[in-house]
Amino acid sequence: MAEDHTTRTIESTVAVGGAREEERISVATQWQLTWWRFRKHKVANIAAIVLITYYVVVLFADFFAYADPNLPAAKRGLLPPQPIHLFDDDGWNPHVLAFEGSRDPETFERVYEILGDQPISVQFFAQGLEYEILGIIPWDRHLIGVSDDAGGALAQEHVSLLGTDIQGRDMWSRIVFATRISMTIGLIAVAISQILGIVIGGVSGYFGGLIDTVIQRIIEIVRSIPQIPLLMGIAAAVPKDWSIEQIYFAITILLALILWTELARVVRGRFLSLREEDFVMAAELAGASRMRIILRHMVPSFLSHIIAATTLAIPTIIISETSLSFLGLGLRPPAISWGVLLQQAQNIQTLALSPWLLLPALPVIVAILAFNFLGDGLRDAADPYGT
Amino acid sequence: MTVEGPNGHPLLEVKRLKKNFPIRKGFMRREVGAVRAVDDVSFHIDRGETLSLVGESGCGKTTTARCILRAIDPTDGQILFRPTEDTVFDVAQSTRRELRRLRRDMQMIFQDPFSSLNPRFPLLEIVGEPLLVNGMRSGRERQERVEELLRLVGMRPEYMRRFPHAFSGGQRQRIGIARALALNPRLVVADEPVSALDVSVQAQILNLLLELQQKLGLTYLFVAHDLSVVKHLSDRVAVMYVGRLVEMTDRERLFNSPRHPYTEALLSSVPEPDPRRRSQRIVLEGEVANPAAPPSGCYFHPRCRYAQDVCRTDTPVWEEVAEGHWVACHRGKELELAGVRDRLPMNTAAGNSTNPATNVTPAA
Repeated sequence: MAEDHTTRTIESTVAVGGAREEERISVATQWQLTWWRFRKHKVANIAAIVLITYYVVVLFADFFAYADPNLPAAKRGLLPPQPIHLFDDDGWNPHVLAFEGSRDPETFERVYEILGDQPISVQFFAQGLEYEILGIIPWDRHLIGVSDDAGGALAQEHVSLLGTDIQGRDMWSRIVFATRISMTIGLIAVAISQILGIVIGGVSGYFGGLIDTVIQRIIEIVRSIPQIPLLMGIAAAVPKDWSIEQIYFAITILLALILWTELARVVRGRFLSLREEDFVMAAELAGASRMRIILRHMVPSFLSHIIAATTLAIPTIIISETSLSFLGLGLRPPAISWGVLLQQAQNIQTLALSPWLLLPALPVIVAILAFNFLGDGLRDAADPYGT
Repeated sequence: MTVEGPNGHPLLEVKRLKKNFPIRKGFMRREVGAVRAVDDVSFHIDRGETLSLVGESGCGKTTTARCILRAIDPTDGQILFRPTEDTVFDVAQSTRRELRRLRRDMQMIFQDPFSSLNPRFPLLEIVGEPLLVNGMRSGRERQERVEELLRLVGMRPEYMRRFPHAFSGGQRQRIGIARALALNPRLVVADEPVSALDVSVQAQILNLLLELQQKLGLTYLFVAHDLSVVKHLSDRVAVMYVGRLVEMTDRERLFNSPRHPYTEALLSSVPEPDPRRRSQRIVLEGEVANPAAPPSGCYFHPRCRYAQDVCRTDTPVWEEVAEGHWVACHRGKELELAGVRDRLPMNTAAGNSTNPATNVTPAA
């Protein structure tokens, strides 16, 4: 009677739109929906590819670099970028042109004269300095190298793709190794800050009451501390015998202790609103344990937000590292990072005479933009049930 | 009168239930007052009957419903629940562990079919969750039971791999009902189950609830703010105002001869299916009283057109004015109030409450 009628209504409604596409969407999980939505965000997709490239460089830095980044060469200081010519008159023949360096007797500036008739053949995937892939597998191939017929010569003696710095160290190789440091050292800080944010925010939101009030006041206090003076103080206060990496590690931890507040607030808000959701109450009434409710119902519904927040936190840390190193508070030579490289570009001489020393700014900008675009895309895609 | 259980024990007995929400202020969150959301409410529900709890928004209906399920902890009072004839539990005092067991026998249908289903779970998991957490580990067994439940509420079992976003409000509400029925509960608390739905779908869901009651012998506590919805499926109706019950009796008497002015006003707002019979509509003036600072005497007196001096000073007593007819009004016995019958004979004959399919016609 009534049941038959209503059943038929529902079946016919669904039968009308019973196309395959509808079925596909109907059974899609949250992650599938998120993925489909993310795929539509073109800029974020490009950003993702860019970042994957970055981390490939990070993993295989030894392969991409062709020179020892810390090897000075007095005769090769401030060499300008040296383009690779892919063709000569006879066709495919990648080569660089040799040069001869001398010092200007009046200005004492090093000047280089290109010797157009002395091409040095360049090879891709060539043999060169020996290294270990990921620190385990020994290998000696590099992206760029000098041809075998150059008689066992090393690339670092002939090629300077992006020029050299004042001590004659190869900029390309230095940027590659700086990428490794700059793109990874902040991740620890991000991890710490995210874990702190999730746990403290979760406790604050889940338990509420006095605990919540106290935590929120602490967050307000932490957020009101000015960062740069604090970091300068810390940099000055660390023991003298600490290594550069130890000092920097201490600073990233400190950054993490400041950065967790933002995520903690977001997580708290999500917990507060989720606690009131009917489906959470339904699970509780069904007899689900507290653990199950938190892990199966509450966390999944903001996990995607955490991923997006993390993606957006990484560039903050990278920028912090770069600016701290630039100010001389973060990493210092002989460590190599983007900030350290940019420190060399701090003077007018660089701008006027050797602008290629500013090149490390480029990977910083691209990486930050890529992370931000990716984070935007993830955030938009993260809630497929939103608007 | 309603039929009582074989040995006279109702399934649920609520005695002097109170729920205060503290108002906190300042850094130390000092308690500066309390919202008396539920204030001394007593009623019972017999096995197999439907009690409707009616009132305006903010009068404490939902809070009462949630206290009964212990979704929130009541401040005071007893909630005696008898899943079988000779067992009795005070839900208000039960431990977490006891509650887990008790909740197999009392379940809830939610108002909002969108927020009550986790969008991240497919139907199989939504409806199967109560089964899983109550010990039905076998996936195949669970799937069979979910299929059965979906068929019971008029959904195709093939849909169980789908996610809630694939369904309409009415379909989602069916899913919510299937979940509530998963553990074969005795008492189902329906918290405004149709107020979020289109009028045409409302009738379908109400019919489904009635059918299920007959098939499974369910007992309903049906919360609603709309008397026209309640008319078709309740055995008895309780009217609530600012955390207190003002009138409770069986459906016919409440609709035909109400004893409380508030009930009269609510009844006058029930839509009239017959346009020739234009009735006089009692428009209540002012807002629902603030439960944090209720008026003196009878809470309803500022809006009551029959109010006298005594109403402003004394709190009316909750008394039985006729057998099974409870009212809290100083003038409950003397007033001649207009029910629905004065405007229109009820189209259901008294006692014919089990065949509502003919009269659940949307008023639109």
